[in-house]
Order: sequence, then structure tokens, then C-alpha cells
Amino acid sequence: MSAYRMHLLVCGGTGCRASESKLLAENLQALVMTAGMGREVQVVITGCFGFCEKGPIVKVLPDNVFYVEVKPSDAEEIVSEHVLKGRPVDRLLYVEPEQKGKVSSHGEMPFYKKQLRIALRNCGFINPEDIEEYISVDGYQALGKVLTEMTPEALVTLMKKSGLRGRGGGGFPTGLKWEAAARNRADVKYIICNADEGDPGAFMDRSILEGDPHSVLESMAIAGYATGARFGYIYIRAEYPLAVHRLEIAIAQAQQMGLLGERIFGTGFSFDIAIKFGAGAFVCGEETALIHSIEGERGEPTNKPPFPAESGLWGKPTCVNNVETFANVPPIILKGAEWFASIGSEKSKGTKVFALAGKINNVGLVEVPMGIRLREIIFDIGGGIRDGKKFKSVQTGGPSGGCIPASALDTPMDYENLTCIGSMMGSGGMIVLDEDDCMVNVAKFYLEFTCDESCGKCTPCRVGNKRLHEALTRITEGKGTMADLDNLKELGAIIKDTALCGLGQTSPNPVLSTMKYFWDEYLAHVVDKKCPAGVCTALLSYYILPGKCIGCTACKRVCPASCISGEVKKVHEIDQARCIKCGACLKACKFGAISKK
Amino acid sequence: MCKNALTEEKFRELDSYVDTLPEKHGMLISVLHRAQGIFGYLPKEVQLHVARSLNLTAAKVYGVVSFYSYFTEEPRGDHIINVCTGTACFVRGAEGILKELENHLGIKSGQTTPDGRFTIDALRCVGACGLAPVIMVDGKVYGRVKTGEVTGIVKEYAEV
Ligand SMILES: Cc1cc2nc3c(=O)[nH]c(=O)nc-3n(C[C@H](O)[C@H](O)[C@H](O)COP(=O)(O)O)c2cc1C
Ligand code: SF4
Ligand code: SF4
Ligand code: FES
Ligand code: FES
Repeated sequence: MSAYRMHLLVCGGTGCRASESKLLAENLQALVMTAGMGREVQVVITGCFGFCEKGPIVKVLPDNVFYVEVKPSDAEEIVSEHVLKGRPVDRLLYVEPEQKGKVSSHGEMPFYKKQLRIALRNCGFINPEDIEEYISVDGYQALGKVLTEMTPEALVTLMKKSGLRGRGGGGFPTGLKWEAAARNRADVKYIICNADEGDPGAFMDRSILEGDPHSVLESMAIAGYATGARFGYIYIRAEYPLAVHRLEIAIAQAQQMGLLGERIFGTGFSFDIAIKFGAGAFVCGEETALIHSIEGERGEPTNKPPFPAESGLWGKPTCVNNVETFANVPPIILKGAEWFASIGSEKSKGTKVFALAGKINNVGLVEVPMGIRLREIIFDIGGGIRDGKKFKSVQTGGPSGGCIPASALDTPMDYENLTCIGSMMGSGGMIVLDEDDCMVNVAKFYLEFTCDESCGKCTPCRVGNKRLHEALTRITEGKGTMADLDNLKELGAIIKDTALCGLGQTSPNPVLSTMKYFWDEYLAHVVDKKCPAGVCTALLSYYILPGKCIGCTACKRVCPASCISGEVKKVHEIDQARCIKCGACLKACKFGAISKK
Repeated sequence: MCKNALTEEKFRELDSYVDTLPEKHGMLISVLHRAQGIFGYLPKEVQLHVARSLNLTAAKVYGVVSFYSYFTEEPRGDHIINVCTGTACFVRGAEGILKELENHLGIKSGQTTPDGRFTIDALRCVGACGLAPVIMVDGKVYGRVKTGEVTGIVKEYAEV
């Protein structure tokens, strides 16, 4: 990238593209050309910077200036002021909410300061559609190194020593998995990259594929060398069109340069990769279900053992790894196992990418060393809770995980600790909830998801989760009993013990963890028939505050149930028996005279 | 009108795709993806055709079609409105957006308006969680949607 004097990096991730970053990049390119600077200034469309909340993002190198919320129409000022005159555009700089100061340099932003980027090292830095750029940042060097300098056995030993564990949720040591696949003798073996990313609210795998697809291809070939596989599949959701597009480009470029295909680097090693599409079934993220789906079957899980490493795709030894797991491999090979093992906590090495979302100021992707405290992620990096509200809980691990209360904010984040407090690492989704969220309703949301996505093969999951969902629905409607609460606990435990696959075995976690930490809220719903957060409609009442009502009749006119009475300029009243709790009056009243309790 | 017609031409297009496959074994899902791309949906006739050309039983094809939510047996509207009901959007009010949309169009999620103009679908996370709540119309993402904006967005597509 060095032939140019200046680079304008424009985020081309899904979030920023939704806010017209493509047009912005085109405008910048056109203006740079008009200014006759096409040879000095390069506009690069990159992957996600992680700071999606404030997108579209433009970063200027080598000045390291970071612009946020840039509109296509801002291109003119960036080129005329910054590019031509060297004066950064003040109004587009990021304003740090805590200090209200403007932050111009990328490295100074609190959002980036505590991050350590290994898996995301190239996202927001290189053009993902150009293999030359990947090569210029040491791309395909790790593959070259293992093929020319290492035996497969030495490679497996290195991976074991690094301590890398699967980032897809289970946390199984990657080196051991490769070793198992290598040991099983067979004429054909397969590598599979799991890019199904089913956890709603997690988008790290997609960002890696969109921002740095070659790192995944390179690692799959490395895994092929370690295990003796010559072919790999990437199983990706059909809902990720941009990631698919970039992968297709990347595979074609790598094949053309001889980095995939026959006799790579002139050695005896050959490896090729094809893409397989998912078709919208969460359970297909589970590795045995995924394998059946690639075979063109219904994506139903099967019992393990046999593990895929013994009998996987078409009955052959198969090694399934997650996208983020793969993205960690090249740096480990180039920098060494000791380097990787020096990062993180005792049992969880390296970093983890989390997708921060929900009621937090800085929604986005963050990569942090394992062992970091939740508090640091949410308050230092995430910038705290939106609109000055109070933190209530953070949900990790998606539909398999649990809700963590404020009292556990100082837990160091790693696989073991998260399981210990009733949640899970999962794929790294992190949804922050505030005082306005009802924990019973959140649990119900996840159960609804599980009921939708259960494949139906085993009874505990198919029927049990339905019963859990029904009980939660009763509770949110004010019809719950103490017996419902007992049943939730008992049935939850049974489902965990008896379901066939990981989906059912973890599906009660959202209920059980919220019952453990937010018992009071359940009691309020069941005993007092109240929803403390004011979310469950059936448990709310609308009242008119006599002191504030001026008798404007606005509420009376909008009430669809005609249950508000009162004359002009007199205090109005709601007939609770007929009120359907639609909330129209609350919106209509301009004097804040209607309260919801 | 004729958008959903099962023309000879479309069947020929599907056949020529199947002919290019070096190996038909295990290709059912890929063929269904292509078929849905060509026909827009997978009615009985298309499923039977796929079964015959891949030498599979109709039951097997139907079993796969009904398993995956991406495959649809009903024709879809001219415009597809996807409401993200992933967790990030859920906690920022996606339910309200979906309700508003359902009320406005008079159909439920998963259904198509009688005039065939709009289909509403709920979808889990489009990966733009920073912009939650998110809806997507024909692939175009609208972020930070407020309930009051829903009718306006639908209107943009009403005449097109
Ligand atoms: C219901 C269910 C859904 C899963 N979804 C995913 C997923 O979306 N992505 C993923 O990488 N792993 C997912 N997994 C984990 C995979 O089964 C498997 O453990 C993983 O892909 C192995 O790769 P790793 O060792 O690199 O983590 C899921 C597991 C279960 C039980
Ligand atoms: S636990 Fe659920 S998803 Fe897993 S096999 Fe049983 S029914 Fe299917
Ligand atoms: S909430 Fe709806 S039904 Fe109840 S009083 Fe207000 S407008 Fe009428
Ligand atoms: S999509 Fe642009 S910063 Fe994430
Ligand atoms: S949850 Fe809606 S875009 Fe991710």
C-alpha cells in the first residue's frame, strides 16, 4: 500500500453500507480523481471497523484521523480540506461522550484502547477484495512456512502449545481436534469452516469473512495440511450475501495465484475450497447437523460419538472449525505458540471477539484479551448505558447462554467462568439490558427462538421447550402461579439433562439464569401481578394524574375503547375495566398527565 | 401476474443447471436454492420436478423443503419486507415495528397481501445491529426505524 501518499479507508461492512458508505466511497474516489490526485491518494473499501454505532466510518492514513457518521455529501469537505490542505474536518471527528472532547486519532479512542486485535487484525485495514493487500500484510506466509518448514506433526504440536480453543461456542482445543482428525486414517478427509453464525445479535464471523476472507482460506489450507485433508467446505448462511460475494472473489484470486489448488508453493500439497449454503436453520450450526445439511439432507443432529473427526462428511474424518478460530491461526504460526499463550487467562488463551449490542452507547465489534472483566468491556470500551439509564444485565452466549447481573460484572471473562455463573461464551454475542428491560420477557424471547428452531428430533427439546414457553407466556400475562415457577425449574433441569444436541441441552439457560439472579422480578409478576420494568402490557395500568390533566380531551379522542370520560377543561378518568392498554392516550397527551404503572 | 407462472422456460433453465453438475449426489439443497431463485418459490410441481431429475423420492425433497425456513412453498409478494427480530433489535423495540407493519398492511408476519404487493417476514439479525431496530425492504437496510416511520417506508414501494 506504500506507493500512495495517503489512504482513505472507507468502511464497507454491512452496517455502514446500510448508511450509504458505498456511495460515499464513490464520491471520494471521484473527487480525488477530479483533483488530479489519483496517483497519490487511494480510496480503499475495507471491512468493518467494529465501531458500527457511529458509521459510516472513514479513516485517513497515515494521519490516523478517524471520522464518524460520514455522509456521502461530506466527501467534498474531506477532499477539499483534509486531502488537499491537510486540515482535518473537525465536525466529523468522534466526540467522546464522557469528556465531550474531540478525538482525532484512532489509537486514543477509549473504544480501541483496551482492544487487542488478532482475529480482526485486518478488518478495517485492507481491501478484502484484493489478494495483493492481504499478501502485503504477511498473508499466505504462514501457509508457506508450514508447507516448506514444518511437518504436520510439528504443526499440530504448535497448535496444542498455543492453547487456542474453538471460538464457535464449545471451546474445544483446536490442536487436539486437528490431532484426532490427523490420526484417523482414510483415503479422503475434509475441513469444514462453520460460518453459519446462528446467534441472533452476533456478527463477528460475518465481519471477518467480509473484511478478511483470505485469512480463513489460508487457515483452512493449513488445517488441511495438519490433518491430511485435501478439500474444504465453507458452510455459510444464505442471508449473508456480501460475505458470500467476497469469499467467491477471494477463492478465485487464491486459485489463480496458485495459493489454492494443485501443488501449492510447488510442494506436494494440494487443497481446494468450495462454498455451501445454509438455508435458514439455527440447528445447522451444530456440527453434526451441519454435516447432514452439506450432504443435502435435513439438518438434524446425530449422537456423538462418533465425532466428526472419526466419521463426518460422507462418513470420512472431518474437522469442523469456526471462522474466528481459523482467523487466529496464521498469527500463531508466524509469531509462535508462546506469544499466543502469553495472552489471556490461565485456561483460555488469546483474545475473543464480542458483538456488543443492545442498550449500550458503542454498539459494535470488540476484540479483547480473554480474562478481561465484563465491566471493562461494557463501561470502558462500550461507553456505558445509553441515555443515562441504569445497567441491569448482560446476556452472553445467545439462546444457549444466560443473563449476568450487575453483581458479576467483575468476573474475568473466560470459558470456565462464564459457565460457572450460569451463562456461556457461545459465539460472543453480548446484549446489554437496562432498567427498562423485563427479564421474564427476555427469557420468553429466547424460548420463542428455541421453539422455532428446535429440529423436533428429540422430545425433551421439541415438547419441553414449548411447555417452558407456555409457562413464561402465562407469567407475562399475569396468569402465572407459584407452581409455574417450580415447574420451570424442574423441567428446565430435565431438558438440560436429556436433550440430544447442544441446542436442547442449553435452551433452558436463559430461563434458569434469570430465575437465579432476578427472582424478585418473577415474584412480582406472579404474586403482585406487576411488571417492574413496565414492559408486560397485560400487567400495566394507565392512569390520569389529576394534578397534571388540563382537560384538553386529546386522550379521549384517540382512545379506541372509548373508555376515557371527562369534560372539556375538567380532569379526565380512565375506566380500568374497559381499557385495552393500547397506550394511545399516553402518546396523545402533551401534558405528561398519563402515567403507566 | 405472470411473475409466478411455472413456464417451460423456467423448467429448462433449472434442467440446464442440473445438467452442469458433475455429481448429483448430495446436491439437493443447492438445486433447491437455484430452483427458488428461478421460480421465486417451490410449489409442488417444482418439488416433483426436482425429485425426478435427481432421482430422489418426492417425500425426501419435501422433507428438506419443509425443514429449512429459507425455502417457501407459497409465492411471495413483489416487495419483501424483512423485520429483524434478532436480540439486538428486540431490545430496541422490533416487536412494536413488526406490529405496526402488520396493522398497516393487514397481514401477519410470513403472509403476503391479497394483491400480491407485499410480504412480511421476520428475520434473525441482518448483521447491522448497530442500527437496531432494523428492517430490510428488498435487500435495502433501514436502520433506527421508529414506529411512526413504518407507513412512510412502505409508501416508497407502494407504486413501484
Ligand atoms: C445449536 C448449536 C448451534 C451452533 N451454532 C454454531 C455457529 O453458528 N457457528 C459455529 O461456529 N459453531 C456453532 N456451534 C458449535 C459447533 O457445533 C462446533 O462446535 C464448532 O463449529 C466447532 O468449531 P470450533 O471448535 O472452532 O469452535 C453450534 C452448536 C450448537 C449445539
Ligand atoms: S435437542 Fe432440539 S435441536 Fe437438538 S436434536 Fe433434540 S430436538 Fe433437535
Ligand atoms: S391505554 Fe388505550 S384503551 Fe386504555 S385509556 Fe389509553 S387510549 Fe384508552
Ligand atoms: S460496518 Fe462499518 S464499522 Fe462496522
Ligand atoms: S439483531 Fe437486528 S440487525 Fe442484528
